Amino acid sequence: MSLKLKGDFIDNLPKIYGLYTGGFLIFVLLMALLEKNGVGADTIGILFVGFTIVIYAAIGWLSRTMQVDAYYVAGRQVPPVFNGMATAADWMSGASFVAMAGGIYMGGHAYLAFVVGWTGGYVLVAVLMAPYLRKFGCYTVPDFVGTRYGGNTARLLAVLVLVIASFTYVTAQINATGTIASRALQIPFEMGVWFGLLGILLCSMLGGMRAVTWTQVAQYIVLIIAYIVPVIWMSNKQGFGIMPQLAYGDAVARITELEATVGLGTLAKVAAPVDFPGLKALATAHNAPGDGMAAWKFVTLAACMMLGTASLPHILMRYFTTKSVRAARNSVAWSLFFIFLLYFTAPALATFTKLQILDPSLATSIIGKSIESVMALEWIQKWHEVKMVAIVDANRDGILQLNEFFMRADIVVLATPEIAGLPYVISGLVAAGGMAAAMSTADGLLLAIANALSHDLYYKVIDPKAETKKRLIVARILLIVIGGLGAFVASMKLTGILGAVAWAFCFAMSGLFFPLVLGVWWKRANRAGAIAGMAVGLGVGTWYLYMVKWGGMTPWIGLDHLRFGIVGASASLIAMVVVSLMTKEPDAETQAMVDEIRIPKGETVLGSH
Amino acid sequence: MSESQQREMHWQKTRSLMIIHLCIWFFFSFVVHWFAKDLNAINFIGFPLGFYMAAQGSLFAFVVQLFIFVKQQDKIDREFGMAEDDNA
Repeated sequence: MSLKLKGDFIDNLPKIYGLYTGGFLIFVLLMALLEKNGVGADTIGILFVGFTIVIYAAIGWLSRTMQVDAYYVAGRQVPPVFNGMATAADWMSGASFVAMAGGIYMGGHAYLAFVVGWTGGYVLVAVLMAPYLRKFGCYTVPDFVGTRYGGNTARLLAVLVLVIASFTYVTAQINATGTIASRALQIPFEMGVWFGLLGILLCSMLGGMRAVTWTQVAQYIVLIIAYIVPVIWMSNKQGFGIMPQLAYGDAVARITELEATVGLGTLAKVAAPVDFPGLKALATAHNAPGDGMAAWKFVTLAACMMLGTASLPHILMRYFTTKSVRAARNSVAWSLFFIFLLYFTAPALATFTKLQILDPSLATSIIGKSIESVMALEWIQKWHEVKMVAIVDANRDGILQLNEFFMRADIVVLATPEIAGLPYVISGLVAAGGMAAAMSTADGLLLAIANALSHDLYYKVIDPKAETKKRLIVARILLIVIGGLGAFVASMKLTGILGAVAWAFCFAMSGLFFPLVLGVWWKRANRAGAIAGMAVGLGVGTWYLYMVKWGGMTPWIGLDHLRFGIVGASASLIAMVVVSLMTKEPDAETQAMVDEIRIPKGETVLGSH
Repeated sequence: MSESQQREMHWQKTRSLMIIHLCIWFFFSFVVHWFAKDLNAINFIGFPLGFYMAAQGSLFAFVVQLFIFVKQQDKIDREFGMAEDDNA
């Protein structure tokens, strides 16, 4: 496989990735065989994570390049379906893979706002943004802002928003790679973080966007297999058939029945043991949407995730890599399809896992059993050891009640194969999938940050005469520095996976959503307006987050720290419209440029770019 | 029609299409979930409908909507001669 022969490589993509998928499946079977022959679980875990990382690194090495177009936008020749897979991997982070099903398990219907928000956002991307940004022909998102509105202030503000949003996000991803690597390879968390970073840099440093694109496709294939296989297996075991996503309605109803019998919501709250941080007992009904405030909370969270999706630069820049405007649009639809495959499975997984634990007619159930027998279960012991599961016999009756069983929501996906008693090879597969999800997102984010700094700050502002070689070297140095900073912050364990992710969305929508949308859809939007929109949006959003989270302010109409983007983006819209209308309309040249990005045909606005 | 008229018509149709799709998006993103509690009384292929819409229904709608949108927008582009070359 030679990536130098561009035409050949692109033409042969289905074959190459078909072989790759087959090879991966053979590897999984081989691991199953090893397990049968008595190879230990730890060895299999190491082989899974190690082998997949070596493959990604090899793809990264083969895609190395010294061309600007290849480094920044993968040569603008990625076919829509493959770009869809790459975007899906770019998109589905450690949070989607590891934390989402766990969130639904603990939070029930209210948590599904994330599922709706993280898919619906793509409608905005396709309808409002991606095709127009592709026609524009930029390398980075700030490149669009800087050229459409003109001037370094607008460009640098866009860089600032991008860095804040993406950096918040990337620390969470490096954190996730650290968690998985440390568990699979049995090394301390801090070492796991640096090991994860090494893997991430191997994928992106030499080949930039080109390397990231082709590794992300490979990572998507691993992560989707790793997510769906255990669910189908488990569902089949429980008699829900091989398309569990369509058949788990009965399980939802059964859980609602069981919740009444196990006393959900009526049992007294028991405090989790203090030396087990972050553990929770299940206390929310699986399917009990409310009205009024609960409904408001659902839709505002979904709205934040959607507008954030449409403003996150590491996603938007994936659509700069397609061949044409039509392909960009098409590619958004494919992205959503590939994302959908995982997201419509997550609620099924959460439901099945909950049923396994609650339903006394299943052998796997633990609620209502004697504490002695539950403590003897292998998965309980294993996760108890790493302080992610805890049992407290609060009423000293020797029987496990729902309010006496504590676990970390994050472990649902990783522990489910063990809970269901599936062979260890499945757990190894899931670890490799989680690693792929976190690595691919971290790659995209790091590249988005480093590219914005190298292209928009260094090349466009500091040294416009820099040669290609120097530009690409600066880009790579920045990639290493930012990765290092991210790993350093992650190793301090400041944030849980999900809190940081939701904040990234809110930061992005506060600062970038309206300047991007109005840049295409409102010709009258001008430089002063865009600057005001970004500065006010980011400023008000950050202020509100600070006041609600640390300043002791009561949230306005239920808009807590996960939803601060609503406040930031509203301020941004008002500031941008008012200031634009108060100042002069953009010059004729800018207006002609806007006309040009509105039609697919013709050269890109930035020419050969 | 002159080129500038073509462009004007093309943008008008593109804008209407955008508004239609954002209305559909709004419905499946917010309206159905606002009434989740009431919808749960309805059984849909074994699921309570309110739960189903949040776990699957809206997602299905978004995917189908986008593939249709791609087709429709492409048709508009071609109608007014604003599409790219097919082999581009």
